[in-house]
Amino acid sequence: MSIGHTLLGLLESGPRHGYDLKRAFDEKFGHDRPLHYGQVYSTMSRLLRNGLVDVDGIEPGDGPERKRYAITEAGIADVGQWLTQPEKPEPYLQSTLYTKVVLALLTGRSAAGLLDTQRAEHLRMMRVLTDRKRGGDLADQLVCDHALFHLEADLRWLELTAARLDRLAKEVGA
Amino acid sequence: MNNSRRTAVNNSLRTRSGGLRTGAVDPGRAIEVGRTEATGVRGWVRDLALGARFAVTGGRRGWTRTALTAIGVGLGVSLLLVAASLPHALQSRDAREDDRRVSALDGKPPSDRSFLFAETETRYRGDVITGTVFRPDGRGPTAAPPGLTRLPGPGEMAVSPALAELLASPDSALLKNRLPYRTTVTIGDTGLIGPGELRYYAGVTSLDDDSADGRGDAFGGVKQQGEPLGAVLLLVILMACVALLMPVAVFIATAVRFGGEQRDRRLAALRLVGADRATTRRIAAGESLGGALLGLAAGAVLFALARLSASEVTIWDVNAFSVDIVPNPLLAVLISAAVPIASVAVTLFALRDVAIEPLGVVRNAAASSSRRVWWRLLAPAVGLALLLLQAGEVTMGSADIATYQIAAGAILVLIGVTVLVPWLVEAVVSRLDGGPVPWQLAIRRLQLSSGTAARAVSGIVVAAAGAIALQMLFTSVESRFTLSTGADSGRAQLSSRADVRDGSVAPRVFEAYAGTKGVDAVFGTIEATISRPGPRRADEDFIPFTRLTVGDCPSLRELASLPSCEDGDVFTVREKRELNSYPYLPRAGERVDLAEERLGPDGEPLKTEAVLWRVPASAEQVSMRTGPMGEQTGGVLATPSAVDLAKLSRPTVSTLLRLDAEVPEAEEYVRNTAARLDPLAQVDALHDTKYTSQFASVRTGLFVGATLTMLLIGASLLVSTLEQLRDRRRLLSVLVAFGTRRATLSWSVLWQTAIPVLLGLTLAVLGGLVLGVVLLAMVGEPVADWWVFLPVTGVGVALILLVTLLSLPPLWRMMRPEGLRTE
Amino acid sequence: MSGQHSDMSQQHSEPAQALLSACDLRKAYGPTPALAGASFAIRAGEVVAVMGPSGSGKSTLLHCLAGIVRPDSGTIGYGGRDLTAMTDAERSTLRRTEFGFVFQFGQLVPELSCAENVALPLRLSGAGRKAAERTAFEWLERLEVDDVGRKRPGEVSGGQGQRVAVARALVASPRVVFADEPTGALDSLNGERVMRLLTDAARQTSAAVVLVTHEARVAAYSDREVVVRDGTVRDMAGAL
Repeated sequence: MSIGHTLLGLLESGPRHGYDLKRAFDEKFGHDRPLHYGQVYSTMSRLLRNGLVDVDGIEPGDGPERKRYAITEAGIADVGQWLTQPEKPEPYLQSTLYTKVVLALLTGRSAAGLLDTQRAEHLRMMRVLTDRKRGGDLADQLVCDHALFHLEADLRWLELTAARLDRLAKEVGA
Repeated sequence: MNNSRRTAVNNSLRTRSGGLRTGAVDPGRAIEVGRTEATGVRGWVRDLALGARFAVTGGRRGWTRTALTAIGVGLGVSLLLVAASLPHALQSRDAREDDRRVSALDGKPPSDRSFLFAETETRYRGDVITGTVFRPDGRGPTAAPPGLTRLPGPGEMAVSPALAELLASPDSALLKNRLPYRTTVTIGDTGLIGPGELRYYAGVTSLDDDSADGRGDAFGGVKQQGEPLGAVLLLVILMACVALLMPVAVFIATAVRFGGEQRDRRLAALRLVGADRATTRRIAAGESLGGALLGLAAGAVLFALARLSASEVTIWDVNAFSVDIVPNPLLAVLISAAVPIASVAVTLFALRDVAIEPLGVVRNAAASSSRRVWWRLLAPAVGLALLLLQAGEVTMGSADIATYQIAAGAILVLIGVTVLVPWLVEAVVSRLDGGPVPWQLAIRRLQLSSGTAARAVSGIVVAAAGAIALQMLFTSVESRFTLSTGADSGRAQLSSRADVRDGSVAPRVFEAYAGTKGVDAVFGTIEATISRPGPRRADEDFIPFTRLTVGDCPSLRELASLPSCEDGDVFTVREKRELNSYPYLPRAGERVDLAEERLGPDGEPLKTEAVLWRVPASAEQVSMRTGPMGEQTGGVLATPSAVDLAKLSRPTVSTLLRLDAEVPEAEEYVRNTAARLDPLAQVDALHDTKYTSQFASVRTGLFVGATLTMLLIGASLLVSTLEQLRDRRRLLSVLVAFGTRRATLSWSVLWQTAIPVLLGLTLAVLGGLVLGVVLLAMVGEPVADWWVFLPVTGVGVALILLVTLLSLPPLWRMMRPEGLRTE
Repeated sequence: MSGQHSDMSQQHSEPAQALLSACDLRKAYGPTPALAGASFAIRAGEVVAVMGPSGSGKSTLLHCLAGIVRPDSGTIGYGGRDLTAMTDAERSTLRRTEFGFVFQFGQLVPELSCAENVALPLRLSGAGRKAAERTAFEWLERLEVDDVGRKRPGEVSGGQGQRVAVARALVASPRVVFADEPTGALDSLNGERVMRLLTDAARQTSAAVVLVTHEARVAAYSDREVVVRDGTVRDMAGAL
């Protein structure tokens, strides 16, 4: 996720202090990991440098810097461009799981056991997410669903691989 | 699905149909289906042909349905063909009988080629055996009846194959004794009216002018007018035809739609590839047409088989040669045209409320919920009007009826009752609610689609209504056709009467019978006519006469209440005034003339010598008693020694026999004795009542027909129930998973069959009673029995049970959990 | 395979807790074995997902556990009784009174209204029509489909129909609900709604749920899952 673009986007609705920005970010997108304030500071400096934001004003006070940032025309154009640019689909070609399975086969360990363990772990995670969905609001549900669908995809791969272990064993020469 | 969406889908498909001409899925079919613009006769023919092809290419289940239709239609068609063959078969029988009848030489002198003949009839173990016996007058060549090349010589006998078989059977000794002739030849088929006829021709030397029926010199050429049927019997027969054939027609109409609803669903696929609504309808009609044509062929085959085995089957004591069973060509053409046309018409009619859509079949609820009742009442109203116009027109005396008007009226009434069934079933079922689970399942099912059930039931309704009307007609006019003979079969069981030259032979006859095995008692009398001596008086048209009955005391006691009786006694019996059969009763001591009055060729009485006998002065007047045969004999009763039997002129020897119930075949022994005494003797069984035989056969015919019809309809009900169950196999398994009991679902099947049938029967009873009352108004008879509908409704109820019972094993088979696995 | 068996015997060392347990079930349809020594146990109030590839014997296991199909060999314990030793009538009564069922499709009686469908199990057990339909409406409300109570199944959407089916499965307060691919014919949104309502309701009534599914997201609504493979059952908790 591009934090710079996200913060820029949040600024589009009106100028904000750096601390406000962090709170808005955490509230909407930081479900698992809240943004570190240092990150906000460094990002805003970069944006300022690139002319995508202006300092709208500095409020005097004893706390840390109380700069108010506002988005520039170039900034608005940049956000627009980011949103219209499709994200590159993740190809997932380098998979730790695949590597583990092949290694288990090559070293004569139980690949089936490995897959089953992974499967149970995946399902455990899915159950946790499902539970969270039950009590959560729509944002929770959407975020959890995103994760659930990915986990489900992994799980399907685990099932398919389990069903084709014998062939794989032959092909990797174990 | 709502209407606007339906139209939209339809349009989009229409525009797409052009593209489908180069079809991707199944090029051949898509091309044919896609070209929906072509209309007119060619379009019709093409779509019907396509549908007919589907009928035989629909996979295993499709085939099963087509086969069911073919069998159903086939059964119906073969019945119709048999009915269409009846006129010719009956004509042939009459023609065959005419051809072998001796053409009598009335009053002409005997010649070298002439012969005396007499017809005989006897019964052997219930079967009638008829024969003709001959005695040629000269030595010249005589004509021979059909099936023979010459008349059998003296003591020789020609027999029909059936009689030959009977005579050859090991236990036919009794019959052989009765026909004491040498069998020399078998009668050919041309001389018989049916293959099973028991008939013989024999040469008999004892035949003389007195005992013969007449003299002839040729066979055939004499058309004998049969006993005219009479208007009432004609009406009964006409109604029987209508009542029997209407259900067959309805059954055929049901059969062409066997599995039709599943087919319609399949046709939805055709809509997907771009066929328009009219085209799918025509294709659906074509499928029915295919089944109907196969059914027509099946019917022809079944009929041919039935025809081949006709000689093996005897219905109503009658059987016929296969060659005589030929359908009336006009009727045959009518049947072969009507069945296919009806199949198309029925399908189009059934589909009028159904929209076959690309995604499935939609019953147009709006159209079916407003089942109108008025046009359904129109047909019976017109029918009743037609019939009421004939009220009082059909009388015993007249010999003809307004056949077409009455038939049309009756058919309209029955059709009206039939088309009221769907309306009534829907109207009633939609008001039902509540009740236990099986009942609820059944009524909800009927509420969702009562049409199928109602259609199947309509056959029962038309059959039942027709039968009820007929039964009413029957029971009310029965008395006219049932003659109470007055006989009392408890006092005597057999009667034999023979005209003899004089009374002297009588004692020998009585002794012979008394000595016959199985005879318990013989009441023998000699009956002669006696008249007042002297010439006719001026004020008289004829010389007064009365009857003289001679018999021993026990025999006379059967005819009159005798205070005492000894041989030599004479009694006089005054008739009841209302009988008035004898105008005269001699007083005791008065003289009477025993000689018979003979008529000369000119019809004038011949002068004969008077044979005078005096009624003894001691003759007592006694009161009359009804004899065993129901006869009431007046006149003079005499014991044998009171009068010289030899002086009695051409008396009748009458023997009444009481049989020993313990002796089997006592009747056959008596018939043998009779045949030994006189080959022409006839022995009759005493019946308390007797039906006019024609009436009896119509009645039997009705029962046979009604049974067949009901069975056919039962079969079609069963088929539709099973189809429905098969469609719900998965649901049944789910219900079983739930723990639903067999009994619950069995009861639901019962109710589902019973509700429409019972409603239908109610309608049938009403319609039948109304029709019956109108028919009775036509013949001017009151209703004799309002409860005649009970047996018919009983049959209906039995049918419900039968259908339910037969559908239970498949139901239970389908209630197994394996159905859950068909995903 | 033998390793899996020992896992199972471990699990069955505490049968006192199990509400419904099966041991070494074998069942063949013709020459193909559907179950080859499958064992299973479920505690009261537990939701267990039965997963596995198609044709692995999931449905057969469910049919056996529910007493719909009698296994060729093995025992099924429920409430101290062996289902395999019970007569057909006894098992029918058990299914009617103690079990509830949800299938993938085609389970609602098309001519009955949705409320009447839900009332059916109560009525089959002899309840009066009025009372049964009142209870049915309460359940329809719980499953958020009380608005379709008067409609016929043909007139409601797939998701609504499936929720009606869930209501019917729960209406007689069963101890065990058997759900065979209950979301198989639904999109994920409707499927998850059905699953949420089914598991919520089951928890509230502390009914056990045997949930046959091949979708992991559906199985995620369970407390525990087992995998059927080649006619035997593998407990995934035991694999950890």
